[in-house]
Amino acid sequence: MRREGSALAGAGVVMMKELGDNLTSTRMRLLELLIFITGAGAVYETLGQLRQTVGEDPFVFLRIFTTAKDPLPSFVAFLGFLIPIVAIALGFDSVNSEFNRRTMSRLLAQPIYRDALLFGKFLAGLATLAVTLTALWLFVIGLGILLLGLPPSGAEVLRGFAFLIAAIAYGGVWLALALLFSVVFRSAATAALAALAVWLLFAFFWTMLVSLLTPIIAPPDPYDALSVLHTAGIAQDLSRLSPNTLFAEATLALLNPTTRAFGLVLASQLEGAITAPLPFVQSVALIWPQVTGLIAACIGLFTIAYVAFQRQEVRA
Amino acid sequence: MNEAVIRAEALTKRYGPALAVDRLDLSIERGEVFGLLGPNGSGKTTTILMLLGLTEPSSGRAMVEGFDPLRKPLEVKRRVGYMPDSVGFYENLSGAANLSYSAALAGLRDANARIAAALARVHLEAAAEKPVRAYSRGMKQRLAIAEILMKRASVAILDEPTGGLDPQSTREFLELIRSLQSDGMTILLSSHLLDLVQSVCDRVALFHRGRIGLTGRVEDLTRDVLGGSHVIHVEARGGGLATAIGRIEGVASVTPTANGFRVEAAQDVRAAIARAVVEAGGELMSIEAGHASLDDVYVRYFEGVRDAA
Repeated sequence: MRREGSALAGAGVVMMKELGDNLTSTRMRLLELLIFITGAGAVYETLGQLRQTVGEDPFVFLRIFTTAKDPLPSFVAFLGFLIPIVAIALGFDSVNSEFNRRTMSRLLAQPIYRDALLFGKFLAGLATLAVTLTALWLFVIGLGILLLGLPPSGAEVLRGFAFLIAAIAYGGVWLALALLFSVVFRSAATAALAALAVWLLFAFFWTMLVSLLTPIIAPPDPYDALSVLHTAGIAQDLSRLSPNTLFAEATLALLNPTTRAFGLVLASQLEGAITAPLPFVQSVALIWPQVTGLIAACIGLFTIAYVAFQRQEVRA
Repeated sequence: MNEAVIRAEALTKRYGPALAVDRLDLSIERGEVFGLLGPNGSGKTTTILMLLGLTEPSSGRAMVEGFDPLRKPLEVKRRVGYMPDSVGFYENLSGAANLSYSAALAGLRDANARIAAALARVHLEAAAEKPVRAYSRGMKQRLAIAEILMKRASVAILDEPTGGLDPQSTREFLELIRSLQSDGMTILLSSHLLDLVQSVCDRVALFHRGRIGLTGRVEDLTRDVLGGSHVIHVEARGGGLATAIGRIEGVASVTPTANGFRVEAAQDVRAAIARAVVEAGGELMSIEAGHASLDDVYVRYFEGVRDAA
């Protein structure tokens, strides 16, 4: 049946309202504070170490992001943890809270479609995430310029920017997941816990699960080199089902320009290779599947949430 | 001129095997206050959601202001104001801010002037800038009416508008509904408090298990269903009064109450009752004709339906 009128009328209004709510909520302020403190801590420690090697490394700026100094993990490792938390915090109660506040039916009685509500909420979450991450990114680069005393090169800026895009896509996946749970679960607490459970699964247990599952799916035959290769391939495929793996690989290739492949590389493949950093475009080509995968996961999850929301009864 | 603003034809809604609304026919004219009355779970809210296009009917069709809510929900929602059952607002925002969000969603121009006028109309101008968190139940309900006024809706659909209100607020709220009607607004309201809303409704439909049992003006329904009977409340003391009253011609039943009797009769037999009580040596304290209420109609009618089934 054809519906008349734009499905997106009002999406902008919803987005601006939600954006305002997100940016002024206590929840987000606390999380932003947490991110900036941990980020600044990690980066400051790293910079102390990097200052000794400034002259030797052509990509010293990218090292700010990736260098870990005991006991602190690197800045990107921090982000790998914190981005999902922020995204979940932004999304877990976005739809069910409208029901719980009993504003949903009044809202939908305005001349808008449900589509506008969901799009507006998702875009507002994504915009909040983008604003926070961009601010953090600029903050880190600024700190780097101040403490290292030299500006980043063009290639470094490009790579850093691509990393920012990958980080936003990674956040988008978790935001879409949280939004989905906020549609499916009427209780905000259940939605939050479910989203955190998925996050725990991928952040901590996925590698264990992969090493558990791989020998079952493809048992390696110790006398057959090809079967060992096959098993390793399966393990890599499985681990890439996790958005954390995809983000980690994207980060690695973008911020370590010498990365030229993931997974097993045979000695014959390396024959004649020059150990030099890849040009930016080649690094992007390398992680294109990873970033596409993240964006696809984000769209896929949003679509499921969208269908579930369209089928939901309005009455509480 | 009689123009149907809301029309439903064989509107049906199924939730799995359960029938929430069963082949409902309805026609509401411009300027009318129409009451959907019935107990909780009898299909009133589902009917309202179908009229607004917020729920898809399983079969049948509806027309609101000449638009099909299924195909042109935006046109319908532009013209219809809706106040849901136990309406909610964003508690952290002020009343005015809540309305300006709705106004933005509806794409209204000159929203601020409209909001100010609407809030003044429902006597909320003093609380306009306070967060809704600080509003009482009655104030929230009036804010919902202000939202409808702000939209300049030609039809207002109010679901349980007096739910949870104290008697004073209820009276004020019913006054507000009457004043909306005098502005020419068509009003559809649902309630399970039959007595309360019978005073404001021009016509009512009595719901029972997803079907409309009776439709019509309150007086007509009372006359048709209760057979034009009179209910008389007698307050009297003394022995053997029940038998004495029961002997009066035209009396159908005598039921003892706390301090007297409730008498049902075919005509007004107050004088005869007074005589009978005095002759039987009883003390007559008061005697008055009671109004037949919709509650009586509802109970009587659906008892009949159940007996027939």
